[in-house]
Amino acid sequence: MAIDSQVVARVAHLARLQVDDGESEALSERLNEILGMVDQLQQADVSDVEPLAHPLEVSQPLRDDRVTEPDVRDKVLPIAPASEEGCFLVPRVIE
Amino acid sequence: MHDKTLTELRAGLQAKDFSARELTEHFLGRIQARDGELNSFVTVTGEQALAQADAADQAIAAGDQRLLTGLPIAHKDIFCTEGVRTSCGSRMLDNFIAPYTATVVDNMAREGAIMLGKTNMDEFAMGSSNETSFYGPVRNPWDTERVPGGSSGGAAACLAARLAPGATGTDTGGSIRQPAALNGVTGLKPTYGRVSRWGMIAFASSLDQAGPLGLSAADCALMLQAMAGHDDKDSTCLNEPVDDYLGALEQNLDGLRIGVPEEFFPDNLDGAIADNARDAMRELEKQGAKLVKVSLPSIKLSVPAYYVIAPAEASSNLSRFDGVRFGYRCEAPKDLEDLYKRSRSEGFGAEVKRRILVGTYALSAGYYDAYYKRAQQVRRLIRDDFARAFKEVDVLMGPTSPETAFKLGAKADDPVNMYMADVFTIAVNLAGLPALSMPSGFVDGLPAGTQVIGNYFQEGRILNVAHRYQMATDWHQRIPGAFQ
Amino acid sequence: MSSSLHNGWEVVIGLEVHVQLATRSKIFSGASTATGDAPNSHASLIDLGMPGTLPVVNKEAIRNAVRFGLAINADIGRRSVFERKNYFYPDLPKGYQTTQLAEPIVGAGEVVIQLEDGREKTVRIHHAHLEEDAGKSLHEDFHGQTGIDLNRAGTPLIEIVSEPDMGNAEEAVAFARKLHAIVTSLGVCDGDMSQGNMRFDVNISVRRPGEPLGTRTETKNLNSFRFMEKAIKLEVERQIDVLEDGGKIVQETRLYNGETNTARSMRTKEDANDYRYFPCPDLLPVLVSEEEIDTLRAELPELPDARQARYVEQYQLSDYDAGLLSGSIATARYFEAAAQHGGDAKLAANWVMGELAARLNSEDKDIADSPVSAEQLGQLILRLKDGTISSKIAKQVFEACWNGEGDPDAIIEAKGLKQMSDTGELEKIVDQVIADSPAQVEDYRSADDAKRKKKIGYFVGQVMKATQGKANPQQVNQLLQQKLAP
Repeated sequence: MAIDSQVVARVAHLARLQVDDGESEALSERLNEILGMVDQLQQADVSDVEPLAHPLEVSQPLRDDRVTEPDVRDKVLPIAPASEEGCFLVPRVIE
Repeated sequence: MHDKTLTELRAGLQAKDFSARELTEHFLGRIQARDGELNSFVTVTGEQALAQADAADQAIAAGDQRLLTGLPIAHKDIFCTEGVRTSCGSRMLDNFIAPYTATVVDNMAREGAIMLGKTNMDEFAMGSSNETSFYGPVRNPWDTERVPGGSSGGAAACLAARLAPGATGTDTGGSIRQPAALNGVTGLKPTYGRVSRWGMIAFASSLDQAGPLGLSAADCALMLQAMAGHDDKDSTCLNEPVDDYLGALEQNLDGLRIGVPEEFFPDNLDGAIADNARDAMRELEKQGAKLVKVSLPSIKLSVPAYYVIAPAEASSNLSRFDGVRFGYRCEAPKDLEDLYKRSRSEGFGAEVKRRILVGTYALSAGYYDAYYKRAQQVRRLIRDDFARAFKEVDVLMGPTSPETAFKLGAKADDPVNMYMADVFTIAVNLAGLPALSMPSGFVDGLPAGTQVIGNYFQEGRILNVAHRYQMATDWHQRIPGAFQ
Repeated sequence: MSSSLHNGWEVVIGLEVHVQLATRSKIFSGASTATGDAPNSHASLIDLGMPGTLPVVNKEAIRNAVRFGLAINADIGRRSVFERKNYFYPDLPKGYQTTQLAEPIVGAGEVVIQLEDGREKTVRIHHAHLEEDAGKSLHEDFHGQTGIDLNRAGTPLIEIVSEPDMGNAEEAVAFARKLHAIVTSLGVCDGDMSQGNMRFDVNISVRRPGEPLGTRTETKNLNSFRFMEKAIKLEVERQIDVLEDGGKIVQETRLYNGETNTARSMRTKEDANDYRYFPCPDLLPVLVSEEEIDTLRAELPELPDARQARYVEQYQLSDYDAGLLSGSIATARYFEAAAQHGGDAKLAANWVMGELAARLNSEDKDIADSPVSAEQLGQLILRLKDGTISSKIAKQVFEACWNGEGDPDAIIEAKGLKQMSDTGELEKIVDQVIADSPAQVEDYRSADDAKRKKKIGYFVGQVMKATQGKANPQQVNQLLQQKLAP
């Protein structure tokens, strides 16, 4: 499953990363090396094996429906890259 | 003072041989004098440390000495600390003053610990050499031309150089144990779910676990005692009682069954590394332990499984770094896409981007079954292998790393080679088991470590094994010549 | 699948319904779900996606989803799994939405709808899953930029996905109303569509009978049932026009504008979405025990179908009327209170579905915000029944009450609207009217019985005018007939 510059471009867009043309080829090469190593997984006989998402198979603890979190506006807005009137600012979003 | 263990320093504070302020000033002085050579700290919080030290001295005077009262600790810069920059080794968070504090840091502070500062690390904990940090590589105090390992490289290096007597780390694929081995210190990765992940910046959520690095197993037991426990804020943190780790240290090893997995001694393993681990096991045999050959056939697939699962989870965990609410934002974005792409591309380093791309690819349509699902299936096989082994034995042992510290830059162009070196540590994370690395001697003048793996929640047992080993050996007391 | 053809085209409609759960705190954090407060004042560290923060599941969100599942006879997911749906958007702080996909909390179920012609139809529910809501993007007042308010981020939602079982706008709206009635009866959602607390996305396609399913579009932003109906009709017409002109339907999301009754395609993203779902590693599988399910089932409140049957039985209402009145919990509560206070369910039903509904509709008000309370309407009904006022005067009293002039009794008193009960006085007025209208009297007397019934209206009108409407019309009629008899 070799990946080329086009696949890199598609995946980079999904991940919102910018890959310049100059680095694309070297990057695909690297990724192919990694995926080549990862492809050893195909050797495994996993028929009838349930995927294991967590090492310990326990269930989700549930929280009571209570308001416990404080208003943190004054802590978080000052560390935001851009904010105004209590809102985070981004370039205009067109729907 | 700096050649003493936390346990010894604790006794010294109690006996009023020195004050917490004196102790803290001593280590702050050492950091200031010597860390230029190592780069093990990203941030030093001297003022706050001294304030905490004064509070500790008052507490001690009032007879309220807790587990860690007055003991200076260096926290990995992956733990959020309110009011203090929490960079995770990344340009992305170079300006991030955390608005809250991680449970690990809080728990230790509640037991009286003093925070010396934040230690350097591989960017977002992605690396085994500490070379991916935005703040530059950390150097190994045993040979400053060499890497300290990673990702908790700053933690291990500052300990080895005696710039701090205790440190916290995190371990996703060996990030506590491998640098511990490469720096001649002791490091413990607890059972997944033993220590809260709240406030610890996520790399791979189902693998990440925080733990202590110390100069001895006893020090690790002391720190873990304070760190561990249930936390309502972390759904995956288990509500299991915390054992008395300190109380379990001295148990004798009569009848202890040590499993020796053949897969930890492959034919291509460096003979000196293999001998080093075998010597450590022989020492325990002398104390009454029995060695039992076991096999973990599926762990040969642990590196490939890990390099799917960890990047997949990371690709999603790191999506929140988008330049909108915190962290780095590019200059003058021309639109939203530009804001996302440039902020993330400029904010993340090469290795982080590589792993995000691998993870995104592995989860993308058409590849999920072949990669992610299959990796999770292999993960179950690996866990089942360990479960089978633990029916026969109490602990498993082998070398922590197939190599000692390598030269800075030696693997810069070969990520796969770097990944493969995690072969002995990674399976433990996939299975969620506790494991520690203890110093077991030197190979070519560089520290080597031996790994002790326990069954779920058997931290007390593996700390006990390491402590008994350290009672009979002095590898853990060796200090790099330049940092005596 | 469809019930009728539209110019030879079969219409296929399926709904995706987002229901905001009325919990106090968010699905994964202890932040308040309150609305209307300062931006980001209810966005906790978790809702903001701060590095190192982790979700913990709200028990009540799980219970509400199970309640809904039980109400539609669905399979309850004894084990359900939260997954991450990955995409970048500024109102999605973590870069993924925590939702459910492969193992949702509510499996297949069904909802029976009643149509105006009395038919019943079963709409199948594919599944319903739990997820978190996103924040809001504000485009005004940020001089060309967009402001992000994350107060809504993390509010619990269930997304209900129907099978494409509806064949026209009427069926789709009936289904939507029924879901609305169910969730409001359960109390799991307040049902306020204007605030987006219940959001309907409609998937529409058309095809020639017997052909495979056509390409579908999704229409969003339907914040009332009226708009939903109009938007569906609009989109069906559009698709048929396109196809009949030899064009092709493009799979897209369309945004409906109720004010102009138009819809436009939302900017299609250049890339096909690839959401890279995978189980959320910060959360564990949610288990719901049989015991919990049994308890929740036993505690279910009266549901719309049962309520409708009860109205037919208890109040002798028609099926259709009972359906309308039981169709929303607010209407049902109002009706039952008015019937109780007024002591007459039929009258209460007529007033609620008639005068009140018309007035609410014309002012675009919800019944819960009706200026005339159920108690006031009950009082009005009492006065009608005991003959204090006529039905004509009742409308006048209702109007005054609507305008906030007080309780019906006070209004009747203040305006002197009581019917004349003194026969002697009324007789004098009747005599006067007859004396004043010799020509009309002559005309009346010379007419036959059938015509007389019409012609008497003139005299009634005159008497009512003279009494300012306070006379009892029946009594006036009786007196006039007596006195005009030749």
